[in-house]
Amino acid sequence: MTTAAPGAAPVLVVVDHHDDAPRSSAYELLTVARTLGPVEAVWFGAAPEAAVDRLGAWGVARVHAVPAAADLLPPERGEALAAVVEAVAGPGASTVLLASTFENKETAARLALATGAGLMVDAAALEAGPDGRVVAVQQAFAATWTLRACTTTPRAVVALKPNAVAAVAPDGAPTQPEVLTHDVVPAAGPVARLVERTPRPASDRPDLGEAQVVVVGGRGTEGDFSAVEELADVLGGAVGATRVATDEGWIGHEAQIGQTGVTITPRLYIGAGVSGAVHHRGGMQASGTIVAVNSDPESPIFEIADFGVVGDLFTVLPQAAAEIRRIRGEA
Amino acid sequence: MRIVVCVKHVPDLQSDRRFTDEGRVDRDQGDGTLNELDENAVEAAVTLAEQHGGEVVALTMGPADAEDAVRRALQMGADDAVHVVDDALAGSDAFGTALTLAAAVRRIGEAGPVDLVVTGMAALDGLMSVVPTLLAGHLGLAQATLAAEVTLDPAAATVRVRRELDHASEVVEAPLPALVSVTDQANQPRYPNFKAIMAARKKAVTAWTLADLGLDPAEVGDAGARTRVLEATPRPPRENRVLVTDEGDAGLRLAAFLAENRLV
Ligand SMILES: Cc1cc2nc3c(=O)[nH]c(=O)nc-3n(C[C@H](O)[C@H](O)[C@@H](O)COP(=O)(O)OP(=O)(O)OC[C@H]3O[C@@H](n4cnc5c(N)ncnc54)[C@H](O)[C@@H]3O)c2cc1C
Ligand SMILES: Cc1cc2nc3c(=O)[nH]c(=O)nc-3n(C[C@H](O)[C@H](O)[C@H](O)COP(=O)(O)OP(=O)(O)OC[C@H]3O[C@@H](n4cnc5c(N)ncnc54)[C@H](O)[C@@H]3O)c2cc1C
Repeated sequence: MTTAAPGAAPVLVVVDHHDDAPRSSAYELLTVARTLGPVEAVWFGAAPEAAVDRLGAWGVARVHAVPAAADLLPPERGEALAAVVEAVAGPGASTVLLASTFENKETAARLALATGAGLMVDAAALEAGPDGRVVAVQQAFAATWTLRACTTTPRAVVALKPNAVAAVAPDGAPTQPEVLTHDVVPAAGPVARLVERTPRPASDRPDLGEAQVVVVGGRGTEGDFSAVEELADVLGGAVGATRVATDEGWIGHEAQIGQTGVTITPRLYIGAGVSGAVHHRGGMQASGTIVAVNSDPESPIFEIADFGVVGDLFTVLPQAAAEIRRIRGEA
Repeated sequence: MRIVVCVKHVPDLQSDRRFTDEGRVDRDQGDGTLNELDENAVEAAVTLAEQHGGEVVALTMGPADAEDAVRRALQMGADDAVHVVDDALAGSDAFGTALTLAAAVRRIGEAGPVDLVVTGMAALDGLMSVVPTLLAGHLGLAQATLAAEVTLDPAAATVRVRRELDHASEVVEAPLPALVSVTDQANQPRYPNFKAIMAARKKAVTAWTLADLGLDPAEVGDAGARTRVLEATPRPPRENRVLVTDEGDAGLRLAAFLAENRLV
C-alpha cells in the first residue's frame, strides 16, 4: 500500500472503542488513512494509555481526546467533532473518516453541516484522487451499481463500511503519539436525552457488521437456528437473519440483515431458508461469495448465488459442517 | 399538535433502477413510488395525531411525479400536502434536500407552530440516512432517530423513542418541537380504504417553488451539491455460478466449493 506525500493535510480518524479498546473497524480506517495523509485520531472520552500506545503502533501521530463527548448523543458529538476539526485543521482542506454505523452517520452529518464539508457515507473503498481529493467507491441499488464520487468541497467527511478493507499494521517502529485534550462546550440548543441504555450481551461470535463469514437463517429454519449456528461456528462466522426470522422472535432484531437492518459485506455469505427478497438483497448483495441453500429452485436468491444448493437446509448444513471439520482434520 | 411528515418519491425497488450518464439516479422512468419506509413515517404521524388530536401535513421535494408520494400520504390520513417542485432542484444531494425541506417546514410553521417532524429512517434509493439529522440541524430541533416505538407526552411536551442500535438498545427523549425518524419496526402501515382514497382525491396539494421558499438556486440542485459522481457503472453479472440439487451429497459439495475458494 502506498503512503501519502509529505506535507499533505491531516486525516482525522474517529476511533470507535469498546471497553477502552479500539474496535476492529478503527484499524481498517487507520490503514486507509495512511494512504491519504498524516494520520491523527479522535477519541470520544479520555484516551487510556494502552490505547494511545496501540494507536501509535498503527501510525497515529496525535490523539485528540474529547472527554466530554463520551456522554453525548451523535448530533452533539458531531458538533464537538466540528470544534476539534476547526482547531486542528483550520478552515483548510482535510479529511475526516468514520466507520459507517447509523450513529456515526449522524455524527458525520452534523459535522459536515457545521463545517461546510462534503459527505460520503457507506463507502466501500477510498482512493486519493489526482487533485488531492478523496474519491469514495460506493455501491448502489442493492450493489448492482458501483459509483465513484468525490466532494466538491475542500473538506470531506467519509464514513467507510466496516470490513471494506483489510487492516494492515504499518512497517517501522511505533511512534509515541502526542495526546491533546479538547475541552469542547456543546453548543446551546434543545437536545435529546438518553433515558436508558441497555448494552447487548457480548457474544462469542464476531460482530455481524465486521464478520468475514455470515450465515443467515430465514423463514425456512422455522425457528430452529441450530444448523445455522453450527455452520457459523465451524466457519468462525456471525449469525444473521431475515426480517421474517426477527419478526417471529426467533432471534434478536439486531441480527436482521437488509435494507432496514445491518448492511454486510463479508467475504462469504451463506443464506439458508432465505428467499432473497429485494429488501434483504439490499443488505448483502455486495458480499464477496454468495451461497444459498433453499428447497425451492425458483427462489430469487439463486439469481445472485455463486453456489446454490436446491435442498433441505436441515440436511445440507450439518453435512457441510461435518465435512469442513473432516477436511481440517478435526473430526 | 401539528405534525409534518416528510415522504420521498423513489424509483420502484422491484424495477430495474439505474443511473443517468451524469451519475444521477434516473427518475424519469415513470415507475416511482412512495419510499416504502415513509409509509411507516406517515402511519406514525397519523396515529399520533389520532391519539393526541391535531393535524398532519405531508411534505415532499421532488420532480412532478413526486406529487404521488404526498397523494399516498393523504390517502393514509394526512390532512394537507405540500410538494416543493422546481427545475433547479434536480441533482440535489442530502444537503440541498435538507435545506429545502427545512425551508418548507418553516413556511408550514407560519400557519401555526409545528410540534413534530417525522421522517423515515432511510430513502431506499440513496440510503444515506442522513437527511433527518441535517434537517434537525437546520431547524435547530432535538432529534430522536431510528424509532422502533414512538410515544408522545403532550403535557410534558416531550417525545420518547425506543431504538435498537448495533451494540445497545436505547430509550431517548426529546423536548418538543422535535424531529423523529422511524424504522419499519415502528408500526404496520394502514392500507387506505375506498372512502379514504376518494376523500384524498378532493384534497389540494400545495406546490411551492424555490422562490416561494426564498431559497437561492445556487444552494440546491447540482449547483449546490457537495458531492459529484465521477463514474457510475452497472455491476457485471456474477460469473461461474453453480447450482446443484441435493442428491445426498450437496453438503460435501458445498464444503469442497468453500475449500477450493479458500473460504474455510
Ligand atoms: C447510491 C447513491 C449514493 C449517493 N451518495 C451520495 C453521497 O455520498 N452524498 C450525497 O450528498 N448524496 C448522495 N446521493 C444522492 C442522494 O440521493 C441525495 O443526496 C438525497 O436524496 C439524500 O438522501 P437519501 O435519499 O439518502 O435520504 P435519507 O437520508 O436516506 O432519507 C431519510 C428520510 O428523509 C426524508 N427525505 C429524504 N429525501 C426527501 C425528499 N426529497 N422529500 C421528502 N422527504 C425526504 C424521508 O422521510 C426519508 O425516509 C447518492 C445517491 C445514491 C443513489
Ligand atoms: C419496508 C420493508 C423493509 C424490509 N426490510 C427487510 C430487511 O432489512 N431484511 C429482510 O430480510 N427483509 C426485509 N423485509 C422483508 C422482505 O420483503 C421479505 O419478506 C423477507 O426478507 C423474507 O424473509 P425470508 O427469506 O426468511 O422468508 P421467505 O421469503 O418466506 O422465504 C423462505 C424461504 O425458505 C425456503 N425454505 C423453506 N423450508 C426450507 C428448508 N427446510 N430448507 C431450505 N429452504 C427452505 C423457502 O423455499 C423460501 O424460499 C422488508 C420489507 C419491507 C416492506
